[in-house]
Amino acid sequence: MNTKLNLDPEKVRLARELARQAGEPVTELAKTHTTVSIERAVLRLGGLDGADAHGMPWVNRLTDAVRDAVGLSRGVALPAWDAMVAGGYPDLRTLAEQAAAGQVKFRLPAGGEAVAAREQAVRSVARGVATIDAQRARRTRMIADLADPPQPWIYLIVATGDIYEDIPQAQAAAREGADVIAVIRSTGQSLLDYVPEGATREGYAGTYATRENFRLMRAALDETSRELGRYVRLTNYASGLCMPEIATLAGLERLDMMLNDCMYGIIFRDINPVRTFIDQRFSRQVHARAGIVINTGEDNYLTTADAVDAAHTVVVSQLLNEYFAVEAGLETWQLGLGHAFEINPSVPDSFLLELAHAQLVRELFPGAPLKYMPPTKHMTGNVFAGYLLDAFFNLCGLMTDQSILLVGMMTEGIHTPFLSDRDLALENVRYVRSAAGRLGMSFQPDSFVTGRAHQVLDEAVGLLRRIGADGAPGLLAAIADGTFGVTRRPPDGGRGLDGVVARADGYFNPVPALLGGGKRAEGDAE
Amino acid sequence: MSLSDVVRPYGDTTGDGRVQVSFTLPVPGVSPAERALAEGAALQLAAKMGLSPAMVVHTKPIGPGFTYFIVYGRVSHLVDLSAVQVVPREYELLAPAEVNLRIRETLGRKLVVVGATVGTDAHTVGIDAILNVKGHAGEKGLEYYREIRVVNMGSQVPVPALVARAAAERADAVLVSQVVTQRDAHLASAREVGAAFREAPEFTGGAGRLPLLVVGGPRFDPASAAELGVDKVFSRGTTPGEVASYLVHALAPATGAAS
Repeated sequence: MNTKLNLDPEKVRLARELARQAGEPVTELAKTHTTVSIERAVLRLGGLDGADAHGMPWVNRLTDAVRDAVGLSRGVALPAWDAMVAGGYPDLRTLAEQAAAGQVKFRLPAGGEAVAAREQAVRSVARGVATIDAQRARRTRMIADLADPPQPWIYLIVATGDIYEDIPQAQAAAREGADVIAVIRSTGQSLLDYVPEGATREGYAGTYATRENFRLMRAALDETSRELGRYVRLTNYASGLCMPEIATLAGLERLDMMLNDCMYGIIFRDINPVRTFIDQRFSRQVHARAGIVINTGEDNYLTTADAVDAAHTVVVSQLLNEYFAVEAGLETWQLGLGHAFEINPSVPDSFLLELAHAQLVRELFPGAPLKYMPPTKHMTGNVFAGYLLDAFFNLCGLMTDQSILLVGMMTEGIHTPFLSDRDLALENVRYVRSAAGRLGMSFQPDSFVTGRAHQVLDEAVGLLRRIGADGAPGLLAAIADGTFGVTRRPPDGGRGLDGVVARADGYFNPVPALLGGGKRAEGDAE
Repeated sequence: MSLSDVVRPYGDTTGDGRVQVSFTLPVPGVSPAERALAEGAALQLAAKMGLSPAMVVHTKPIGPGFTYFIVYGRVSHLVDLSAVQVVPREYELLAPAEVNLRIRETLGRKLVVVGATVGTDAHTVGIDAILNVKGHAGEKGLEYYREIRVVNMGSQVPVPALVARAAAERADAVLVSQVVTQRDAHLASAREVGAAFREAPEFTGGAGRLPLLVVGGPRFDPASAAELGVDKVFSRGTTPGEVASYLVHALAPATGAAS
């Protein structure tokens, strides 16, 4: 990539170093704790599925039973598979049913019994990891057999609440040119401490993320991919209280990209910060293995904060997301760092400011598949003006070589998109791409654009210094202080803290070691 | 009705009645024969909508089974301004900045809101849509308002715990969301909340200021506040901005306002 902004490589290196310093204490926290959802993800990889008559998943029932009996500080795997061995149960499902009925005595085995339990656990979980590997291989094969669409990938959302309505809409969107389909989740799913089961037909402003819904949509898009001769990617949300489990289900059912931000749930859903950081590390380990591209959520900051004043907080968050992602084992091609076109269009030179911000992010993260989000905050209901603003967003995205373009809807904020809204939006993208797709090559930013980009980077470095440098209060304190999204979130506040457990000596979780070596396994062995 | 009360849409000449509409029909429009049928269908719909004459100016197949149309036409209906009824909203809708300003100017401190879903109801979708920063329907939740301090207690909160927390936080308002309606559980819960606050020692005999009691949920009747013993009832489709505007109206009225 040719650089247009002449960023100082020393300053860029310093920014990354400061992000590492800010992130390391949080990573340490993640290495020394577990959560109920991580433990449930272990059981899911071990093959436990389904729910009881009330719709509560068996992974919740079994994890709760183990927690009540012996706690989770040594993990769910050891007592669960020990009970399997000792009780001679045919499968985890039977064990979970018996445990829910109070028929199972859990214990923390020692000596030979512990060895046997660990062996069984590793064997079962390895089968789950093998399924993830097979799905990744299948994706690679399909892309080779069909075709991988050129970037920017056109990203479209469906959100009817009913998976059986979503499917034809997603297929229609793909036929009209979408490269990536995202199924928006039902409002509030992030705050459920369990993953609903089965195919679902009723959601609030979105469709529940369930394993069966994942499977149905992926199968439908496979069919459409073959019809179109190009691989259509599927996206969902690994966020909220069940982030690790949803990441696991995404790997098992071959989703291709997942929204997975290190701070989104904290800021926008008031989920406990500690819980979130622990969960996101495990989730990213799974995504790394599954070959899933993560999408981060920095665009959200600009919906609450001013897009000019807070531009540097986006860069800071991207650097943090990058640090956490690489630490968890993700490779550069998997880092779909997010940002957005959200400057008030009445601000003079607003388009030039957008160009500066977008080009800065492009040059800071040259190998990352950046995800660029369209205007939402300044879409007023005037659909005609909105269509124009979306065209400028498309132009900025193409000029600055963004990788994943979430297509803006002129009816943003009015309703979930009509079939025709999506079609018009794609027509907009096609026109801008064909008319000006190569404009970026000849575009030379003037001193205003360059100056603005340098200013944002300087402000980002300044903020990182205040967060992460030696003697600075640290990331959790910064979040408590309202640094991101103008929202204060103390480390002991929010939902889900009761699901955080400090690991004791002898903590056993077979998953991270099975997922991969290198950095991923460090600090994760039993 | 006088003549000046009657209007029609204005295209470029008084009284021309010209309007534009766009819609999609689930009919194919790819082949010439399909397209002819689809446009005929669009014109039939336009005629039934009162557009005569109507003209399909744009026809676009969307995939194999749908066709999109833009139609211009002359609408035959008259609008009688004297018969327009405006349901007066008891409170003015304010933007977040106006809400913040009003609280600052009138209360001179943050407005405290305690929210919860009570009883057996585990659904937090309603209360979270109103309170979480993420918000709902394109509007940020109450947490986003700088001058509102939000305490979200989550779901299945026992009513006595809600009363105690509201007293401890010196809440100006208590928001209760109820989604489950089996055997009218939402009504019973709302009445329980109303009664508990009125009878609580924390608030009786001048011990403390009774917070404004607000309940909401998809199946409530907005006119049932008095019957339920609360101050305000919100129903399906309520946005955070409406709730914030109402809170300001009730708790921080503009100085000198008639109400």
